[in-house]
Amino acid sequence: MLKLKDGIVELYRKVATSLPSDVENELKKAYAAEEEGIAKEAMGVVLENISLARKTSRPICQDTGVPTFFIRVPRQLSQEEVRSIITAATREATEKVPLRPNAVDILTDRNSGDNTGRNIPVIYFEETGEHVLTIDLMLKGSGCENAGQTYKLPAEEIGAQRDLDGVRKCVIDAVFKAQGRGCPPYTLGVGIGATKDQVSVLAKRQLLKRIDERTGDERIIALQARLLDELNRLGIGPLGFGGKTTVIGLNIDYNHRHPASYFVDVSVCCWANRRGRLVWG
Amino acid sequence: MDIKTLTTPLSEEAVASLNVGDFVLLSGMIVTGRDRVHKYLFSELPLPDEIPFELEGAVLYHCGPIVRREDAGYRLIAGGPTTSQRVEMYEWRIIKEYGLRGIIGKGGMGEKTLQAMKEAGCVYLHTISGAAVYLADRIKRVVDGWKVEEFGAPEAMWLMEVEDFPAIVTMDASGNSLHKGVAEKSMGVYKELLGGGA
Repeated sequence: MLKLKDGIVELYRKVATSLPSDVENELKKAYAAEEEGIAKEAMGVVLENISLARKTSRPICQDTGVPTFFIRVPRQLSQEEVRSIITAATREATEKVPLRPNAVDILTDRNSGDNTGRNIPVIYFEETGEHVLTIDLMLKGSGCENAGQTYKLPAEEIGAQRDLDGVRKCVIDAVFKAQGRGCPPYTLGVGIGATKDQVSVLAKRQLLKRIDERTGDERIIALQARLLDELNRLGIGPLGFGGKTTVIGLNIDYNHRHPASYFVDVSVCCWANRRGRLVWG
Repeated sequence: MDIKTLTTPLSEEAVASLNVGDFVLLSGMIVTGRDRVHKYLFSELPLPDEIPFELEGAVLYHCGPIVRREDAGYRLIAGGPTTSQRVEMYEWRIIKEYGLRGIIGKGGMGEKTLQAMKEAGCVYLHTISGAAVYLADRIKRVVDGWKVEEFGAPEAMWLMEVEDFPAIVTMDASGNSLHKGVAEKSMGVYKELLGGGA
């Protein structure tokens, strides 16, 4: 399994040093849309940074996040084994790429120095009947991770009832509260469902989708389109300098809920929306 | 776009001449500090001579860089800004106690810091969020680090020399804040979109 480890180290390098083309294209559109001023200047530097990072194979952002893996694992493969390969690959990638060591012990405040620790990296497994191992890696900076919000509907303070219009209000509230602190233009993932833990992971999973993906129920697609327009009317703009593009895309998904519960989670991702996939076997 | 050049350490006069919206290029020595450094300085208030770097007139950069240790010293790989708002509860005291003249960060800061900047003569310089490689290329060298082992590399205080480091004045020493303006403007739209719910 030595080769899988090498593959994961390479995945780390690719995800840390380059952006998916759909994200980069939207950022180029955001640059073109801004009028002359500091927001446009800033977007120009953002685009230059992206190409410089790719060319010189250095991390786009110094915050390489909490490594988060979403894995589809074939039945015959041991999750424990995959986990230990990921841990070894994480140590190696931290040194080689390099990544910033981001795992800090709660009790001693010591940084482990290699991005591994108690339940770090974060790994979500899903067993499949497929014969290949599919590994999605997300390196999400924590400035934007801190900008995320969870809502319990109804939420009277924002006038949000238990319906899709209530969900719409939650998303607007989350972006308004984030202002420019999480590095806009943002990509958003939204999860709706029965329990607090479930909606957080569901929201985060949405960030793995292409931001221009338009599949699923038409009511959800319509809500996404409406929100994209409304969120950009907030005028927070690139990096929070004020301007036309605050959000470049969002994806929403839902689960069934409990009669008593209606949770909405909004996961906010910075412009450096770093994700990548390795298919093995 | 007009560009102002600044060299550290900053004088009170240089700071007073800066206004919200100014584009600046900064050169000279700067220090970094983020969550751990702020908590430590705020709570322990070490004397200036217990800190190896001069903070009087200094510019403090909210940054947790990727730094590689090499035989010849430290090499900076990537070094963009971190979110400044997290140190809002500490910064006012640190500006006043240590005589900082500039803060570099991203996302802006709140009322407490704005007030302290006005009283002590200090500005907030917003650099380009996430542009870690572009900015690293404007950091000529990492001179030294303080608390590297204890706080960990991302949280240490680093002394760095920068050249033509770009930033925009978003909070000035006269009490103006671009962030306040953007927040107020978005508040109007927010209320309209929520239809009186907020």
